[in-house]
Amino acid sequence: MEVLTLLGDGMLLALQPLNLVMILIGVTVGLFIGAMPGLGSVNGVAILLPVTFLVPPASAIIFLAAIYYGAMYGGAISSVTLGIPGASTAVATTFDGRPLARQGRASFALVTAALASFVGGTVANILFTLFAPALASVALSFGPPEVFALMLLAFATFIGLGGDDIPKTIFSICLGLVLGAVGFDQISGAPRLVLFDNTGFLQGIGFLVLAIGVYGIGEMLWTIEQTRGEVTTTTPRMTVKGMASETKEAASRAWKGTTIGSFLGFFVGVLPAAGATPGSLMSYGVAKMVSRKPEDFGKGNPDGVAAPEAANNSASTGSMLPMLTLGIPGSPTTAILLGGMVIWGLVPGPRLFVDETEFVWGLIGSFYISNLVAVLINLAFIPLFVSMLRMPFTILAPMIFVLSIAGGYAATRDMFDVWLMVIFGLGAFFLRKFDYPLAPAVLAIVLGPIAEPTLRQSLLLSSGDPSIFFTRPVAGPITIVALVLIFLPVLRLLRRGRWGS
Amino acid sequence: MRVGEIVTVGILALFSVYLMWKSAELPIGYIADTGPGGGAWPFWLSGVMLLCCGAIAFNWWRRTSPPSQSDEPLLDAYGWRMLGLVGGGIVVFVGLVSIISMYGAVAVFLFYYIRYLGRHGWALSLSISLVTPLVLFFFFEGAMRITMPTGLPFTDPVFNILYEIIY
Repeated sequence: MEVLTLLGDGMLLALQPLNLVMILIGVTVGLFIGAMPGLGSVNGVAILLPVTFLVPPASAIIFLAAIYYGAMYGGAISSVTLGIPGASTAVATTFDGRPLARQGRASFALVTAALASFVGGTVANILFTLFAPALASVALSFGPPEVFALMLLAFATFIGLGGDDIPKTIFSICLGLVLGAVGFDQISGAPRLVLFDNTGFLQGIGFLVLAIGVYGIGEMLWTIEQTRGEVTTTTPRMTVKGMASETKEAASRAWKGTTIGSFLGFFVGVLPAAGATPGSLMSYGVAKMVSRKPEDFGKGNPDGVAAPEAANNSASTGSMLPMLTLGIPGSPTTAILLGGMVIWGLVPGPRLFVDETEFVWGLIGSFYISNLVAVLINLAFIPLFVSMLRMPFTILAPMIFVLSIAGGYAATRDMFDVWLMVIFGLGAFFLRKFDYPLAPAVLAIVLGPIAEPTLRQSLLLSSGDPSIFFTRPVAGPITIVALVLIFLPVLRLLRRGRWGS
Repeated sequence: MRVGEIVTVGILALFSVYLMWKSAELPIGYIADTGPGGGAWPFWLSGVMLLCCGAIAFNWWRRTSPPSQSDEPLLDAYGWRMLGLVGGGIVVFVGLVSIISMYGAVAVFLFYYIRYLGRHGWALSLSISLVTPLVLFFFFEGAMRITMPTGLPFTDPVFNILYEIIY
């Protein structure tokens, strides 16, 4: 009961005119920043941090949290309309969002993404309100073996359930993991995999470089070649009635993915160093795993849009939890928010809930308000975003190339990375021609830098004994499920062979 | 497609071997008290890549993958022409960035694509090619405070005028 009173007070604080204006501006700005390929919530929060010194700390953090929310909603827009994941959190949305747009159902994909994001955000807010301190301590019990087991599970969902060629899928995952290892060895600090002795590789290969190369250039070239330039984009239903029927359809066809994403995303988001990207990718994998028609994933299944979108919003709220309760940021964006709080004289940690009650509950109240404002603004802008797809393809295609190159440069500020994008794009075009699935490589380059150190730390803890992944109460079951999923295709092949003989 | 697939597997297998060799510049085994060496992770993963190449080649030999069953060429005349005009256009676009600036290269690429590949009218091609770089300039430099490459010094007078507007 006390929680509800505090939450009510917090919501009233968030609804004060200044805070409400900050939420409206923050969500709208975040939506457009998130929709821009190459820019995500971290850019928006970092760039607008100085602006917040003009207002009181409570309004400032509410503003930044609203940008964070808006950007999470916005990430889906470029994934669906342009086929380029604007940020790593929206990679999985591309897998089914883009095929839906190609089928002329971009507005349905965007409505599904918006509603799933809203539900994910709401579920996360409720979990946050009720279980913040308890969940923070559970998250702390996750050591390197548990995090590595989770990463293994994320990869396994792609191998064990893919309808694609299994050796090509595994090749793609390993390629992404190896590319993620380029640069420096994180533990010894020694240069590693400096390919062709080119010093440009010392800074590593970022996720965006591969993602924009694969989706912004390679996929576009493939589309132009396959369709002979006669691309049918979409005939958007711009009416209120049309959007209402799409809302109804999204509710009936995407509830499973939304539920999975909402809960799984929140839990993965709470884990320090995990964040929204692994949360959204794992939710996609699990949604595919429990689906009755896993073969529909990647071809425009609404659950494939809903699961990652619900998860990335849910994880965004989840990643605020270790930041506020323990002072540990769960993502790069929350790291900047943490920095802001320190500058404003607030000390994140268990005492924050006691010493700064008004601030904390005002922030939590603003999560609810921001989430509601974000879904309304997002739905209002969907006709605008979809109308982009009515452009002739001979104008849309060069625009996508330009946004890929300019957005890619904006994210890394290095021409070497832009050239790498072009090389990856051309390589991806040829690999796509030979049915190599490239999504697993993009997934792997994001998760690799989390998986490798946790594997090495775990083996160091156990003096090289891999049984550590099986004997710990949390890591054990996750590892076993992951291994079953990895070996499932082999078992299927053996069974098929036996029946065949 | 059949020949193309086995050639691609060969190239990928060579690349995997190269990655294994580069990874082995750092220790690839378990070192007491420090754990797995810095090269272990990429080395063994590259090894798995090599094994996958073997499996893909085996499937090619058994003709089980769709490309291995196809006698169609990898790219027909349209495909090669498209790759040259669009892919080549992108390469030239990126090459021009360090000469005529990001915004200049955007304008040239858009004009080339919309006017010559898209066959749209002069007015539409010119207006999109000129307005888009301006919008991008004010978005990146003005709103986001992200500086894009400005090319060689001969572009300075244009940028001086634009920077005066935003600063």
